[in-house]
Amino acid sequence: MRRQKVKLYVLLALVLMLLGIAAFAPHLVPCDPYEQNLSQALQAPGRGHLLGTDRYGRDMLSRVIMGSQTTIFSALLLVAVITVTGTSVGLFCGWRGGKLDSFIMRISDIFLAFPGMVFAIAVAGVLGGGILNAVIALACISWPKFARLARSQVLMIKDAPFVAAARLSGSGGTKIVFSHILPNILGPVLVTATLDIGTMMMEIAGLSFLGLGAMPPIAEWGSMMSSGRSMLQTSPWVILAPGCAIFVTVMLFNLLGDTVRDVMDPRQSVQHVDRR
Amino acid sequence: MREILEVLDVKKTYYKGKQPFMAVNGLSFSVGEGECLGLVGESGCGKSTAARIITGLEKPDSGSIRLEGREIREAGRKEWKRIYSRVQMVFQTPQDSFDPRQKLEDGIREALCNQGMKKREAQVRIRELLEMTELEAEYAGRYPHQVSGGQCQRAAIARALAVSPKLLICDEATSALDVTVQAQIVELLKKLQRDTQMSYLLISHDLALVQAMCDRVLVMYQGKIIEEGTPDEVIRSPREEYTRILVDSVF
Repeated sequence: MRRQKVKLYVLLALVLMLLGIAAFAPHLVPCDPYEQNLSQALQAPGRGHLLGTDRYGRDMLSRVIMGSQTTIFSALLLVAVITVTGTSVGLFCGWRGGKLDSFIMRISDIFLAFPGMVFAIAVAGVLGGGILNAVIALACISWPKFARLARSQVLMIKDAPFVAAARLSGSGGTKIVFSHILPNILGPVLVTATLDIGTMMMEIAGLSFLGLGAMPPIAEWGSMMSSGRSMLQTSPWVILAPGCAIFVTVMLFNLLGDTVRDVMDPRQSVQHVDRR
Repeated sequence: MREILEVLDVKKTYYKGKQPFMAVNGLSFSVGEGECLGLVGESGCGKSTAARIITGLEKPDSGSIRLEGREIREAGRKEWKRIYSRVQMVFQTPQDSFDPRQKLEDGIREALCNQGMKKREAQVRIRELLEMTELEAEYAGRYPHQVSGGQCQRAAIARALAVSPKLLICDEATSALDVTVQAQIVELLKKLQRDTQMSYLLISHDLALVQAMCDRVLVMYQGKIIEEGTPDEVIRSPREEYTRILVDSVF
């Protein structure tokens, strides 16, 4: 348990550092990430440009740092949006039950049955390019997971004696949901959300790679990889730099999610004893 | 004796898939003011369902439930809030009857604040309630998993008493506790009845407990009352075959 906690703090510190870099990216970049200098195009990593330059002579290090802002913050925004909407829908359905619940859950089944990326590509295609549209497209397909999770958790504790006791104490439905149900289902939801940050980052980068996310010249890791892929054999650093950045960041968030789960879950599960 | 609660021909059917199961099948009884009524029967005979119906946690299919002469079966939300200041319940599993993420006193405070009490007054009242239920104030500041079953049940009783109810339903309130703690809780319940004059509906499968506490006892079998009398009558000379089996299995 203690080792897990240490691990959690270390990972948390690393993630915070990453977030710090993303937040202060404009002040940290050594060069202007958008300044083109064709005479310096496709330079190998070296003294002037630590990670080399791309086809337009833009400094790769600056672009990777700048790109962290776009990629990480859009992933966080996306996860926040789907966690809040999904959990709200799940809370509502689980608590209320009945026909409306079945109806909404069938809709979420449809979303879950559909290959996610295909649907996101379709939505992003209809909405047009742009990082915000990519976030909207991915939010459309990702909320059911949280709705399902929250709903199942609500169903598990809704018949617990403490909920009945709260009702007998004179609390209304809304108060019970927000002061008793929600705090008790939040653990698993937060764990899933943390685990999802990495996945969502990959998907945003994926959409950008396909040209449906961030639009050039905005620095974003997925689109940077996409524009560098034709030069993979001649100047691999153009694709390697953002690729490694995605790899490290996603892994960091996944490790954080795993650790959060290990630390929180064992005590988190609300034990439900059947009443006679 | 005036009746505080009258239950008349209440029925409730559950469905397991398509299979109907009559949990409560024409249940009728009444609880007098200041009376301690026992409701005994084996597991699954519908005792707990009856308690849940009376407290509005479950809706009956038919029948009538009157509290102090007023029909409460079709009560609206506001009406229930008033009813919950008259009827309270103590649950079987004390630890599960408190929110695991809240301190015990928060649960008690919730009941007080819902009755329109200010936070500071509530704090004073909580101290009174803890004194009444003989729970040291220190324990009330802990979480449910940090106290013993007996302490937790005392807190649950304090919470139920917060609104000064006229009728307290104890749904197997001592079954989950070990024997010595059981005896303490029974003593506490007896003392509270002497002090407050409230009525009890004591749901239990424990005939000894019922004999120790109740003025009158009902035997429930397959969703119905099959026998009624003073505990001594029922235990010494049961009229029904089932009651005899139930009594023999304990003594």
